[in-house]
Amino acid sequence: MKADPHGVLTGTHFIDGDHACCEGALAAGARFAAGYPITPSTEVVERFASRVPTVGGCFIQMEDELAASIALQGAVWGGAKAFTVTSGPGFSLMMEHIGYAAMTETPCVFVDVQRGGPSTGLPTLPAQADMMQARWGSHGDYEIIALCPNSPQECFDLTIKAFNLAEEFRVPVMFMMDEVVGHMTEKVVIPSADQIEVLPRKHTRKSLEEYLPYGTNGDLVPEMAHAGEGYKFHVTGLTHDERGYPNMTPQTQDKLVKRLQNKIRNAADRICMFEEDRLADADVVVVSYGITSRVAQRAIDMAHERGLKVGKLRLITAWPFPDKKILELAGHVKAFVVPELNLGQMAREVERAANGKARTVLVPHAGGGVHSPEEILKAIVEASRC
Amino acid sequence: MLNVIDDTANPVEQFLRTDRMPHIWCPGCGIGTTVNSFARALIDSKVDLQSLALVSGIGCTGRVAGYVKLDSFHTTHGRAIPFATGLKLANPKLNVVVYSGDGDLSAIGGNHLIHAARRNIDLKVICVNNLIYAMTGGQTAPTTPGHATTSTNPYGTFEPAFNLPHLVEAAGAVYVARWTTFHVRQLARSISEAFQKKGFSFIEVISPCPTLYQRRNKMGDGLDTMKYYKEKSKVKNGIPTSEVGLTLHGEIAVGKFVDRDRPDYQSMMRAQYVEALGDRYVEESEMEFVCG
Amino acid sequence: MAKGRVSIVVERCKACGFCVEFCPTHVLALSSAFNSKGYHPPHVVHPEKCSGCDLCGMYCPDFAIYGMKVPGVKYPDETKSEKAAGGEK
Repeated sequence: MKADPHGVLTGTHFIDGDHACCEGALAAGARFAAGYPITPSTEVVERFASRVPTVGGCFIQMEDELAASIALQGAVWGGAKAFTVTSGPGFSLMMEHIGYAAMTETPCVFVDVQRGGPSTGLPTLPAQADMMQARWGSHGDYEIIALCPNSPQECFDLTIKAFNLAEEFRVPVMFMMDEVVGHMTEKVVIPSADQIEVLPRKHTRKSLEEYLPYGTNGDLVPEMAHAGEGYKFHVTGLTHDERGYPNMTPQTQDKLVKRLQNKIRNAADRICMFEEDRLADADVVVVSYGITSRVAQRAIDMAHERGLKVGKLRLITAWPFPDKKILELAGHVKAFVVPELNLGQMAREVERAANGKARTVLVPHAGGGVHSPEEILKAIVEASRC
Repeated sequence: MLNVIDDTANPVEQFLRTDRMPHIWCPGCGIGTTVNSFARALIDSKVDLQSLALVSGIGCTGRVAGYVKLDSFHTTHGRAIPFATGLKLANPKLNVVVYSGDGDLSAIGGNHLIHAARRNIDLKVICVNNLIYAMTGGQTAPTTPGHATTSTNPYGTFEPAFNLPHLVEAAGAVYVARWTTFHVRQLARSISEAFQKKGFSFIEVISPCPTLYQRRNKMGDGLDTMKYYKEKSKVKNGIPTSEVGLTLHGEIAVGKFVDRDRPDYQSMMRAQYVEALGDRYVEESEMEFVCG
Repeated sequence: MAKGRVSIVVERCKACGFCVEFCPTHVLALSSAFNSKGYHPPHVVHPEKCSGCDLCGMYCPDFAIYGMKVPGVKYPDETKSEKAAGGEK
């Protein structure tokens, strides 16, 4: 369906990524946010707090990230589209509730504007070191979807995509920004509401007697109901059966956890988005995401000027990881060059997916700044030689 | 001609997920007793069941959510109150009850307890206080009285316990009461009164844990404890909450301690926005829009 | 003629004794029968004293008993209970 015009600030704007993310959320139909201040993410909810009273909705600053990350889920079950924003230390605190959202299949968005870590780290400077945490941070087996914007425009566009994916798969979606993308100011074009596709909640049309909160009819994603509609359903974080009742047996565990995994993995082709260029005859493919992809682009251009056959694969979806694409490329390239603002996270995934068929060259950066194009170029040149 | 008596007319039955009976609570545990009072309160106050939601945390009392036939949410340890806050704010028409235990609400959930009370979020909190962490095997809770024996204080506790009514009153709750599982009718009445109030209501119910707290402290079984409550409780309505702290063998002050009025969170929010924004304030979000 | 009667769901009972103790007119006692879990459920020993106050029902943590008022009509002088095992397996 089309976006609700009340939330769409149509026009051409000159705003930073944090602000654009907020506008994306509003355009997607988010009308509830619970947050806790943490640099460099705070502007997202500050803007939401000032916008939402005239759009219709609610913002509450909770007492900590533990509260924020579950209050938003209460709001989802009350009928709203909801999200929160945070950075590293807050992201760590939210992990239990990300797992709760995955287990209870609560559609919602967690925005992480990554900064230097570990611990308090570099509050005002970028890193991309939460990427593995986004995937594995909570306990147990579960799947999430993670998106990585690389510009304020993408902070707008992809936030809408994040909400749509959350609703389609009833899963928490991690929106992995970084401090530079969050704080860089660029042109952001917000189209009219009728040009924005928004996915409605997968709400059940079944009768009160027929409805099974976690029943699936071949489709791996159950239909949802909200509190107050008369369904009298039960939601629990315990391993549960199709009625939502706790059923703590290995059989139910197997069935449930595998379904949670498969509902994402089986649709990976649809979920994985990337930007590609000149992959067909590449010797080396640069795999990057977020702000690093902007620097990598410059390095790739410089490599082309030197006549090197370098392809680009920019990850827009980081999780699920595009295994198939990497394996396919590994069949005909010499190496993957993976620059990232960490000491090796997505590079491990590239290496794993390449399955020994091509080398993976990490261009690490401990965070606090961005790579120089020359650093990345150097790695490309060396990788091309072998 | 005999009148046929409807033997399925146990008033609590309509609120139970009978397909999940019998429940997991121990013989002599008081949680089930509190559910009877809760059911009675629902009947007496004629609360609309469709717009009633129940949120619980983790622990023995947390299992209440799974046994009641309502829209119910068994959330994470200590976080029933913030979940309930989000639920209530997204759908203000809901009546939201938080039903959880003393450890869940006052230890790990302590921060959320005081902030929700401070904000006067319109929630009805039923805190079943068995003075212990029961589900996990009998560890010390912030409410365990001094000199009690628990699994993590095998030589006896030496910390002072929280006086929960005092804590939540100080934080801003508008309705504070305490009963024991002996006081079934008074408890039902308090819960009914809480349903009539807008704002943060907190009802503490002292309850036996015969398997752990009572056993480790040689206080007998559930029935012994109920008799003990009968003997040691003193109804002291309106008494200052600073005076209702519990000790290992001392008096149990029960009653309605606080019943006051102040605007709840949503009223204050609305008033502020109306003052700041006038006509531009848009209150209701398009819930239907979410579903297409 | 009693003003009330009691209904017992034998299989849910865990013999905690609350109903027996707190019935104001001492209508109940724990029986010597067993339910399938091995507990002695209560039985009515003084049906004529039942007022139908439902304090037993209010106290029962297992939702295994409740009392109700009867409009003055003759009825069989027995509690309704599911078959108690009493010595059988």
